[in-house]
Amino acid sequence: MEHRDGFDDRLRQARNRQGLDPDPAKGKGSLPTGPWGIGFRAGVEVVSALVVGVALGFGLDRWLGTFPWLFLVFFVVGGAAGVLNIYRLFNPRPGARP
Amino acid sequence: MAAEGKTIDALSQFELIPVLGPVGRAVGFSQSNAHMLLAVGLVSLLMLAGIRKRALVPGRLQAASEMFYEFIEKLVTGQVGHEGRKYFPFVFALFMFVLFGNLIGLLPYAFTYTSHIAVTLGLAATVFFLTTIVALALHGKKFFGYFFPEGAPLWLAPIIVPVELVSYLSRPVSLSVRLFANMVAGHVLLKVFATFVVLLGGLGMIGPVAALLPLSVNVLLVGFEILVAFLQAYVFAILTCIYLHDAVHLH
Repeated sequence: MEHRDGFDDRLRQARNRQGLDPDPAKGKGSLPTGPWGIGFRAGVEVVSALVVGVALGFGLDRWLGTFPWLFLVFFVVGGAAGVLNIYRLFNPRPGARP
Repeated sequence: MAAEGKTIDALSQFELIPVLGPVGRAVGFSQSNAHMLLAVGLVSLLMLAGIRKRALVPGRLQAASEMFYEFIEKLVTGQVGHEGRKYFPFVFALFMFVLFGNLIGLLPYAFTYTSHIAVTLGLAATVFFLTTIVALALHGKKFFGYFFPEGAPLWLAPIIVPVELVSYLSRPVSLSVRLFANMVAGHVLLKVFATFVVLLGGLGMIGPVAALLPLSVNVLLVGFEILVAFLQAYVFAILTCIYLHDAVHLH
């Protein structure tokens, strides 16, 4: 909503003076970057990729009746996907994040 | 209750108990569902009461509701871009539901429905299916190019495609496990230290003095848990936005 007497401008200036507005450059939704946040996130990414890979391998094995083989393959694939997730955590796809 | 038989029973707080008597038992209406309804009611109440007056100078409720609105609106437009505005209601509802679940769960006697993997996985699966459907609707067949980066040698496809596929499928799992694990860990810690207070308090003369130690830890933990409640709701919302960005722009 625009105001007639430049109220918004004055309010913004006043808030800036008091340091109430967060820095617009960084406040725009970047993920929390504390060491614990990064560490926990990395751990969850690896484990979840591994879990999905193992579950997928088990499921396919039960369906196709090839017990250990697809499980072993997807175990490795899951591990690789976990590493890929970590890689994406620090190097997002080009242009994926502004 | 927690210290019955002098053991630490930190996990019974996550048990589902049917409420509303025989009717609730018949349809499986647990306290978790009741708290979900409570959270939805509170969110609706906050937003409706907040925008009722439409004052130029907002009161407290209006300021709170506008703050939440603008926060998520900035998040969505900042992450997804201008096209993302259509998905604002979804992200906003998701954020408020998770945030209120986390916060209500911190009240004594309340239940944290976000501490159940079934709930968080349900939310994450909704996000996953929504983003996949959005990507398919917007890009059609080109969506499958997502699993094979341009310029990679073709003979690597048998390796890259399964890895990318598993990585994509692991998104809802990591999204749900993160929220669930944070909430469970926080509540278990609170319960363990609260049990220490009770156990130490019963130790005769020095008991009450020694019990002050875990009590002060618990005071700090509650503050920390409020931080975690906001942070995890925020992380859930922002990851939803990142996935939506991937779905809309398909990089």
